[in-house]
Amino acid sequence: MTEATTASMTVRTPSEEISVIDIDGEITAAREPALMDAYGRASGDRTRRVVLNFSGLEYMNSSGIGLLVTLLVRANRNHQRLQAYGLSEHYRQIFELTRLDEAIGIYDDEAAALAAAA
Amino acid sequence: MSGSHTDGDAWAKPVEKLAVSEVEPGGAGINVAGKRPTSPVQGFGRMWQKTYRVRLTGSDATPAQVIEVWKRDFPYFWPKGNRFFAPLAGIAPGEVAVLDLSMPGRLKLSTGVLVMYADEESFTLMTPQGHMFSGWITFSAAQDDGEPTVAQAQVLMRASDPLYEVGMTMGGHRQEDRHWEHTLRALAEAFGVEGDVSTETLCVDKRRQWGNAGNVWHNAGIRSGMYTASAPLRFAARPFRRGG
Repeated sequence: MTEATTASMTVRTPSEEISVIDIDGEITAAREPALMDAYGRASGDRTRRVVLNFSGLEYMNSSGIGLLVTLLVRANRNHQRLQAYGLSEHYRQIFELTRLDEAIGIYDDEAAALAAAA
Repeated sequence: MSGSHTDGDAWAKPVEKLAVSEVEPGGAGINVAGKRPTSPVQGFGRMWQKTYRVRLTGSDATPAQVIEVWKRDFPYFWPKGNRFFAPLAGIAPGEVAVLDLSMPGRLKLSTGVLVMYADEESFTLMTPQGHMFSGWITFSAAQDDGEPTVAQAQVLMRASDPLYEVGMTMGGHRQEDRHWEHTLRALAEAFGVEGDVSTETLCVDKRRQWGNAGNVWHNAGIRSGMYTASAPLRFAARPFRRGG
């Protein structure tokens, strides 16, 4: 089986209602523990928006996009909105193909995402 | 892993609506062209993740070899009565296949899939509007050091509309389980293995998305039934169409 890649992802909290997860490297099934752990740290009682920073994303396969769907379900369950920025043109196209862009707000940079989240 | 490979060529390009170009002949080919691909986000019913696995004990096939055979012979691993009309270009990103599926009551459901992703060790099929479920199925193979290769099919789906949700609850899920369990056993047989298929079912989201109940307009089951029922009329009208 694919070796689990458990390196943690950085979580920042610009405000008590907004958290940012800095995604690095790859998003595959092997990164599920790291991503879900990061979401757990990002999601507090008062968190209303979780912003995913994809600037460091190097590789994503279809299992990875499935992980994002699962993350979206968890966020919706917690009455949180999921947002994203830092996507390359390639990954923007993947969000469009999979129609995740209809459920996850996509922004050019962190300032735009935080402004939208404010 | 990072930096050692790229996903650049593995993904299909975004498509607004599906177009059926060249597939193996014989399929009804309805309910595909002009339909939008769908993800679980656009579906109606509860969201499920179903994982079917078979361990190829006794075979020295690598994951890449398993996926190569799976892509090449994909239709032949399906249960009888279900037809997969593969794209002539093979299972490659952006290609569209046509399906005729057996339904209860000797009904046929005509639909299709988009090859959303394909690399050497996995490929993913995405369903269009009107399909029983909105989502995708990922077929993959993996191997731990010194262990046999494990082949896997994983479905991430929501029933597309309320009618399908009822159908899935009333035996549709079991029928789907049998379909993929048969497929994996047949795949294992292709490698000389009598496979024992494991099935894991996880309800990812219990909520139904009532805002998407209108998906029933595209229901391929209803449309396939109407297409079949109107066959005599189409046959009778043929001479007039030829005469212009």
